[in-house]
Parts: sequence; C-alpha cells; structure tokens
Amino acid sequence: MSAVASTPRIPPLDRVGRITQARVLLSEWTKLRSVRSSGWSLLVGFLLTILFPVLFAAVTASHWGHMRPQERADRHPLDIALAGVNVSQLAIAVLGVLVITAEYSTGMIRATFTAVPKRLPVLWAKTAVFAVTGFLVTLPAVLIAFVASQAILDRHHILQISFSDPGVARSVIGGAVYVMLTGVFALTIGAIVRNTAGGIAAFAGIYFVIPPLMNILPSSWNNAISPYLPSEAGRQLFSLTQGSHSLSPAAGGLLLAGYCVLGLVIAAVLLVRRDV
Amino acid sequence: MIEARGLTKDYGDKRAVDGLSFKVEPGIVTGFLGPNGSGKSTTMRLILGLDAPTAGDVTVNGRHYRDHRAPLHEVGALLEARSVHTGRSAYHHLLALAQTHGLPKRRVHELIDLVGLHDVAGKRAGQFSLGMGQRLGIATALIGDPKTLLLDEPVNGLDPEGIHWIRNLLKALAAEGRAVFVSSHLMSEMALTADHLIVIGRGRMIADTSVEDFVGRASEQVVLVRSPELERLREALAGPEVTFTAADRGAFEIRGLTAEQIGEAAAAKGIALHELSPQQASLEEAFMSLTRDELEFAAEVPT
Repeated sequence: MSAVASTPRIPPLDRVGRITQARVLLSEWTKLRSVRSSGWSLLVGFLLTILFPVLFAAVTASHWGHMRPQERADRHPLDIALAGVNVSQLAIAVLGVLVITAEYSTGMIRATFTAVPKRLPVLWAKTAVFAVTGFLVTLPAVLIAFVASQAILDRHHILQISFSDPGVARSVIGGAVYVMLTGVFALTIGAIVRNTAGGIAAFAGIYFVIPPLMNILPSSWNNAISPYLPSEAGRQLFSLTQGSHSLSPAAGGLLLAGYCVLGLVIAAVLLVRRDV
Repeated sequence: MIEARGLTKDYGDKRAVDGLSFKVEPGIVTGFLGPNGSGKSTTMRLILGLDAPTAGDVTVNGRHYRDHRAPLHEVGALLEARSVHTGRSAYHHLLALAQTHGLPKRRVHELIDLVGLHDVAGKRAGQFSLGMGQRLGIATALIGDPKTLLLDEPVNGLDPEGIHWIRNLLKALAAEGRAVFVSSHLMSEMALTADHLIVIGRGRMIADTSVEDFVGRASEQVVLVRSPELERLREALAGPEVTFTAADRGAFEIRGLTAEQIGEAAAAKGIALHELSPQQASLEEAFMSLTRDELEFAAEVPT
C-alpha cells in the first residue's frame, strides 16, 4: 500500500490574517465579478439605459413633421434622454435581489457565514460593493444616453437642451443615483425575504403594483400617500420639474435613501437573529 | 478542541438535539455516529454558530466560534449540505473565502493542488461531480490551516480511491495535533478512522467512549476455540452460563467465559488448543444493539 506516500500534507500558513471590513469588501467584490448573472444584468442595464433614449429620439425625430403643436409641446428632451432609467432599474433591482438570495438558494451562505460568523460585515460589504458597481455602470450609461439622444435630435434641430441648463445635470446624474438606490432597496428586500422569487415579487409589488393602485383611492388620499412611495419619491431625482404634490428632488432622493437604510436595519437585525 | 455543555436545539416543537455534552480533543479523530436524522448535522451547525442553540452552550478552542478574530484558522468545516454557489468556479469560491482573512492567492492554488482539482479549478462548481464537490469542500475546510476540523459525512458519494484519500487525510490531520470531528452514519467507516466515538440517537447521547470500549460494552464476549479434543473441552468448561456453538470444522464459539478462563481450564486438563481467539463484534453490530431502542421508538412516532 502506498498509504504513507499518498498521505496529504497541509501546507502551513506563514501568516494568520484576521477578518477586517476591508477584506470582506474585497471578498464580496470577488463574488460579484465571478458569477455570470452579475455581468449579464449589468450589461443589460447599461445597454437598456442607452438604447431606449436612442430609439425614442429617432422615432420622435422622424415623426416630428406630422406632430400637432400641442403634441410637440408635450415632448421633453430630458424625458427621452432618461427613458432607459425606467427599464434598466428592473435589471439592476433583480441583480440586487440575486446578490443575496442566490447565496441562500445555493447554500453558499453557510460557507460565507462560516468564514465571517459575525455576519454583519457581509451585509455591509455586499451593499457597498453592489451600490458602487451599480452607480459606476449606470452613470456613464445615462451620460452616453443624454449625449446620444441629443445628437440625434440635433440633426433635426429640435428639442435641444444643454447639460448646463438648470436642473439638467442634476436630473441626468440623479438618474444614475436613482438606479443605484433602487438596486440597494431591492438588495435589502432580498436579504429580508431570503428567496429569489419572493424577493423579486416583493420588489415589483412595491415599485410597480402599489403606485397605480393608489389612483383608485380618493385623490386626497392618493396625493397624501403617493409622493412618499419609494418609487415616486426616488423618481424626483431625475425629473426636471416636480408636480404640485411631489417632493423636491433632494427630499425625494433622501426619502428613497431612507427606505434603503430602513431595509438595511431590518435585514441586519434578522440576519443576526435568524438561523441560517 | 470543542466543548459542548447541555447543547439543545428545538425546531418548532421538534427537539433535534437534546442536552448533548461532550469534548472533542486535539490529536485524535473523534467519530460522531448516529443514524440519519439523529441530529449530527444540527450539532455541527450549532458548533459553527450557523444555528443558535435553544439551550446550552458550545465553544471552540475556548470561545464561541463567532467571537474568534480569524475563525477559518480555528475551525475548518465541511458541511453535509452543499455550500457552494453553483455559478462560481472552484478557484473564485476559494479565493472569496480566503480574502475574508487576507490570505494570498498562492494559498488558494496550494489547496487546489492538494485536493487534486487543478484541472477543473476554472470550471463552475455546478458542473462538478459529487466527488469533486467533496474535494472542493475539503479544500474550503483546510484553507485557513485550522486547529479543529469539522467534517459532516465526508465520504458520502466518494469512490473507493476518494474514501481511502479521506481516511489518510483525517489520520494525518489528527497526527499533526489537530482536533478532528467527523460524522458518519456508517459504523464500518468509523471503525477504520476514529479513535474516540460520540454516539447519538434522536438527538440524545448514547455513548462517549473509545472505539474498543464501545464495541466491548455493546457486545457479549465470544471466544473462538479450535481443538482436536472438543468434546473433552466441552465437559471441562460446562456451566450454567456457558453456551457452545459449532463454528467451522473442529471449532466452537464459546459465550460466557473469557479467553483466559478457557485457556487455564484446558491447560489443567491437558487439552491441546489450536486456536483461542476473542471475537470482536463489529462496530456495526455494537451500534445496532445500542441504538435499537431509539430506532424502534422513532418508527412508532409519526412525524
């Protein structure tokens, strides 16, 4: 028998490292970049943010000659430039849910919490890595979308605005901030629900189902509730003008950020208390 | 070194682990034995702090697992349930875990080579066979050079070569002075690897003992005797507690007497013996006889 010869030797560690928040951040970055769904979701989010404005700009330009004055007056170049944000938010939100729920569905969470048994550093790191990545992917996308849609409209000499016009820069960059915060909000829902289908359903319910339902309520109720829903509050970040019942861009953005903080706090409490 | 004191875990109104107290000492392989569903995996999760105990306490190397600053250096764990993201490569899986403790990429490559996964390290873990998955789990457990190892059913699904490899690994790890705690529902496996046994059934402690004591305690003494003068021997040994069973040609299995008593009685009568050997009950038989009550009870209770 070659028992002795085949006996494995464990190479000793020359240095024993301890857990730090920075190391957990690096670990979560490795996790995010090493699964295919991250790359696909981010790529889809990036492309949709650009493709929709380009498409809408081209369609608007080609129909401009047939439009009545009233219809022309209703077109706004910033609505076109940021049309993709409404679509790409779903791709980023789904990724936000998956970043945490995929660990539960595959069982990876047991390895993660064995390596970092205090657990909370993992939640902070996941949130930070995902927020930064989401923002850094979406910001160039909205800038490209603005420039590209304006270039198409410029060839027909219509609907021109400048990045330096009041509120334009804030709206364009606000679009990227909105997508980032929406992704973080979805991540906290994923951390609370711990199930991919349930997390996506809960997010879609809050973002896409509840707002139109509010229209059924008496308008005094609707006006009192709707501005404070996460999607409506956050939307003010990339709206050039605000409705009479809407929050200001700063207040709306802060409220959405507040929902994210609330979600994180609930997720953190549950994460520490629940069995894995 | 693992110390559990009155460790108890309820899931709803079902008690999965019931007042377990035990120690897992360094330098030996401690087998954790019990039928499927007896609470072994739950105990492992309690040790790692993945689940919180309902009552009682468990520490690893003197502290709760979660209070260690470098937990992967204290305990390496291979859990029975798969704990790998199926869409991530073995390399990136190990790298992400290594990075939490600031371990270098070189360490990841060392472990991949050690468990023989270098050819498939870039492949997604979801495409791994059971055996490859177990090897990745072993690499995960060893990455932090841990003082204590916790392995839940490590030979499950392995081919004979893999089982042989795990056995040698466990013995080598214990010989290096590490505490090795390995669960199995296969008694034969424990007989080959374990020095000490902790046996549970339905969450309760059945035995905490050495392998030899466990077999001895659970089995009656049987001695195989071979002699050309079997009939004379039988007359010499006859007694109320003594039974004789014909074994193969020219041999008896004798119950109720020790080998020493038989040898001395034969010598006194001048009877030649060609063989006198105490028979070890198999660990499997010992386990079955000790856990029979627990199993019958289990079968009657609807779950």
